[in-house]
Amino acid sequence: MTRTAFERQLSEIQEDMLVMAGMVESAIERSIEALKSRDVELARQIIADDIKINRKRYETEEKCLELIATQQPLASDLRTIVAVLHITVDLERMGDHAEGIAKIALMMADEPPLKPYIDIPRMAQIAIEMMVDVMEAFKHRDPASARAICNRDDEVDALYDQVYGELVTYMIQDPRNIERATHLTWVAHNLERIADRVTNICERVVYLVEGRIEELNVSKY
Amino acid sequence: MIEQLLTDVVRERQMSQTIERQAAAADALDRVIETRGLNVWYGDFQALRDINLGVAARRISAIIGPSGCGKSTLIRCLNRMNDLIPSFRAEGEVLFEEQNIYERGIDPVEVRRRIGMVFQKPNPFPKSIYENVAFGARVNGYVGRLNEIVERALRQAALWDEVKDKLHKNALTLSGGQQQRLCIARALAIEPEVILMDEPCSALDPVATLKIEDLMRELTERYAIVIVTHNMQQAARVADFSAVMMMAEDRAGEMIEYGPTREVFTNPKEKRTEDYITGRFG
Repeated sequence: MTRTAFERQLSEIQEDMLVMAGMVESAIERSIEALKSRDVELARQIIADDIKINRKRYETEEKCLELIATQQPLASDLRTIVAVLHITVDLERMGDHAEGIAKIALMMADEPPLKPYIDIPRMAQIAIEMMVDVMEAFKHRDPASARAICNRDDEVDALYDQVYGELVTYMIQDPRNIERATHLTWVAHNLERIADRVTNICERVVYLVEGRIEELNVSKY
Repeated sequence: MIEQLLTDVVRERQMSQTIERQAAAADALDRVIETRGLNVWYGDFQALRDINLGVAARRISAIIGPSGCGKSTLIRCLNRMNDLIPSFRAEGEVLFEEQNIYERGIDPVEVRRRIGMVFQKPNPFPKSIYENVAFGARVNGYVGRLNEIVERALRQAALWDEVKDKLHKNALTLSGGQQQRLCIARALAIEPEVILMDEPCSALDPVATLKIEDLMRELTERYAIVIVTHNMQQAARVADFSAVMMMAEDRAGEMIEYGPTREVFTNPKEKRTEDYITGRFG
C-alpha cells in the first residue's frame, strides 16, 4: 500500500471527530444531570468544558485544511475530509446546546422543580442514541443506518410537542410557573436542535459513501 | 457510548504525538547542515544570493521554486557536487556538523560519502543489482559482510522483496521506479548521514513516485533528507519543511521563504510564495 503517511493522517481526523463526539455526548448527559439534580458545580463545569470542545473543532479543522493543502485528496478521501469538516461544525453546535442547557440549569438551581422530569431526559436519551448510532454509521460507512437514524428525529419532535403543550398548560394554570416553564421549553428546544444536528450528520454519511448530498428528514421545527 | 467506537490507535497516537513534539523541540537545535550567507557564481553570473538554510535532522526539507531559480545549484552546494564545474565559485559557509565543507583541507570525496545524492534520472551502473549496491561499499574499502550490507541497504530502500531472487541480474532490467530505489539503496550502502535528492521522481510514473515518497518518509527514522522538486504538490505531500526560491531581477536565486510545510502551503508569509503556490506567478 502506498501513501501510508496520508492514510494515517486521514484516520487521525476521523478519530479526532469521534473523540469530539464523545465529549459532546458527555456534555449532553451531564447537562441533563445538572438540571435534574440542580447541581450548580456540574453546570459550571459543563460551561467551562465547552471551550475544550470548541478547541477540538478548530484543531480538527486545521488538520483537514492542511490535508487539503498538502495531500491533494481526491474522490472518497476528499469526501471524507469535507464530511469531517461539516460534522465537526455540527458537533460543536451540539456542544453549545448542551452548554445552553447547563446555563438554564444554573438559572433554575435555586427553585424547586416545576414537575418531575420524564420527557426531557427521554428526549436527551434519544438524541444521544442517535448521535452514537450516526458515529457508528460513519465509522462503518453505512448509509442505510444513517437514513434510519434520521427517522428517529420524529420521536424527538413528538416529545417536544408533548413537553411544550404540557408546559403551556402549567403557565395557564398559574402565572408563577411562567418563568420555570419558559426555561424548560428552552431546554427542550436545545434538545430538539441537537437531534436536528444529528440528521445533518446522517446526510454527511450518505454523502461520504454515495457522493451525493441528499436532504433526509426535514424537521418540523 | 462513543468511547466504544474509539480504538487503541487513539491512545497510541496521543502518546506518539508527545514523542513527536519532543522530537520537534530537539530538532530546533539539531541541524545537520546549515548554509550561512551562501553566494554562488558561475563565472560572472551570480546564481545564488545570500542563502541561509537549516536542514533538520531526521526530517525532509524540500526546495521548491520556478525553473532556473537555483534549486539544483543550491542542493549541489550541500555536498560539493558543483566543484566539478570550472567556473563555479562560492562564498559564505556550508556547515555540516558545524564544519564548513568548503574550507581548505576538507576532502570533497569524504563529504560526498557522508552526504549522499540521488539524481533526477535513475543511473544504475550496467552491472548486477548486487554489484550496484556493493560498489560504493567496495570503493570505500569495506571488506567481508558485503552480503549483509547489500541486503540491509535494499531493505531500507524497500526493494529487497522485489529483487531478492534476482540479485545477480542486470540492474537495467528493473523498472524505472525500481532503478531509482536501487540508486537510493546504493547511496544508503555507504551509510551517509544526509541524503540529497535532486528531482528524484521526475522520470517516474505516479505510483512509483508515491512509493519513493513513502520510502523517504521511512528513511527519516535515520536520515535527514533534502529534496529539490519542481513538483510543488510533491513537496507539500512529503516535506516537513519547505524552502521557496525565486529569481531576482538579475536572475540570481534567492530564498524568499522557509518554514514548516504546513505553514508555507496554508498560510505563507510572503505574497510571492502565495502567488507561486497558487499558480499566479512563475
